Amino acid sequence: MIDFLFYVFAALAVAGALGMLLNTRNTVAGALSLVGTMVSLGAIYVLLDAYLIGALQILVYAGAIVVLFLFVVMLLNLREDAFSPERLRFTKLIGVAIGALVGVELLLLLPAALGPAATVPADFGGYRMVGAALFTDWVLAFEVTSLLLLAAMVGAVVLAKRSID
Amino acid sequence: MILVGVIVKMLFIVLVVAGLFLPLITWVERKQSAVMQDRIGANRADLAGLTLIGLLHPAADVLKLLSKEDVVPLGANRVLHRLAPVIALVPAIVTLAVIPFGGTYTIGDTTFSLVVADIDWGILFVFAVGSLATYGAVMAGWASNSNWGLLGSMRASAQMISYEVTMGLSIVGLFMCFGTLKLTEMAALQDQTFRLFGFLEHVFGVAVPGFLDWLRLPMWGVFLQPLGFILFLTCIMAENKRPPFDAPEGESEIIAGYHMEYSGMRFGLFYTAEFLEVPVIGTIVTSLFLGGWAIPWLSTTDIVGGVSSVFGQGFAVGVCIVLHVLSFLLKVVVLIWLQMALRWTLPRFRYDQVMDLCWKMILPISIANVFVTGAVILFLERGA
Repeated sequence: MIDFLFYVFAALAVAGALGMLLNTRNTVAGALSLVGTMVSLGAIYVLLDAYLIGALQILVYAGAIVVLFLFVVMLLNLREDAFSPERLRFTKLIGVAIGALVGVELLLLLPAALGPAATVPADFGGYRMVGAALFTDWVLAFEVTSLLLLAAMVGAVVLAKRSID
Repeated sequence: MILVGVIVKMLFIVLVVAGLFLPLITWVERKQSAVMQDRIGANRADLAGLTLIGLLHPAADVLKLLSKEDVVPLGANRVLHRLAPVIALVPAIVTLAVIPFGGTYTIGDTTFSLVVADIDWGILFVFAVGSLATYGAVMAGWASNSNWGLLGSMRASAQMISYEVTMGLSIVGLFMCFGTLKLTEMAALQDQTFRLFGFLEHVFGVAVPGFLDWLRLPMWGVFLQPLGFILFLTCIMAENKRPPFDAPEGESEIIAGYHMEYSGMRFGLFYTAEFLEVPVIGTIVTSLFLGGWAIPWLSTTDIVGGVSSVFGQGFAVGVCIVLHVLSFLLKVVVLIWLQMALRWTLPRFRYDQVMDLCWKMILPISIANVFVTGAVILFLERGA
């Protein structure tokens, strides 16, 4: 059953990603198919017993971040000339480089993934375990990240205020 | 056997909320507003001269909406235009899966609980599913190829994202009190009572005088987190976009917002989603703050113990289940009444007022609530 669900959601995730890539003329539809990918990824996390990450994936990525993408796309009113050939070439170059990197990584990880599945401890991936790890072992990283987000927020306020003044 | 149980529970909760509450709410909306505005209200739909105080109106509405022409505007994205009302409606129904409408009971060797999916991260599931409802509004406005629709969906998505943030923060205090995110565990904890002045003894080491010591309150979220209750109720009502928070469809400014290009039952589905959210909000708030299925001052062990001594264990558990489900539904009805009363009392807030309320009032107050709750819990745990 879990295998079957995995294949369903994996196929949906890939379909959503392809939909986003191929919908270059219609950016809003592209962003909406990205939502499908995000929700499917959330379901796959749940299948991996990572319940908290699964919930946050849907809550944060599908529920908030892609909505902000949509905001930007709708408000910017993109025209054809936004995709000039030289810009597109540069983006494609980056895409190919990152794709190659991920491909190599996958090939390196494949032997370990084909081995027997690891058993997970009870309460693995629940909010208690993740919270405890986050606030003990990784508290420095957590605080640094929050500082980074604060800096980004202050920067956004400063930029917005300048345009109002 | 498990599958049968799940299907029965699903049928029960969906039939009660969508089959009973939903049509009744459209009737209550008309009748309660009529009473509040000194009118008679809907009373014309009749079946062979029988009007049943207007109770036939929900059926007449649905018939009318189903038989109307389904118009798709020129230049609209046809797929997304058709998909949007469904996406607006589904999250409200899915949320019901994690709501416990009764406790956990044992008859003989079998233990069962009256909830469809008893998951450990129950309330996170509610938030995650609820956050997807935004796409219904966004898609509807954008796919209609209409400026007013787009303005409405902009407003709707900004409002819903903003209130999601504060909705989550406003109940952090509650999580700290109960120490769990699991809705069934929360409801079970709220089945207890606590001594109102017990902290005097616990923290200050002062003996509580007899008559004060007798005062006990149910351990409901609303008594542990009164501020959290008001904040959460405000946020979740704003999330539903019904008046007074219906700026996304402010007809005086943007005609009808994100669903102005919809007709017939597709338009009806947006309204169904909003109406369905009213009892669903009732079930969420009941489980979190009003003790869920719990009956105040009468815990499960009291009922089972009292009745089983006379009529036997099985009968006692049966009585308990009926009483708990009725208690749950009664609380939901009270919350529906409250939402209706608010909806017909307050005029629509201006859009900037809605956003100011969220970011300048509710957000700081909720953060302060988290800190104060933390301090109080620390203080109580330390003791004298």
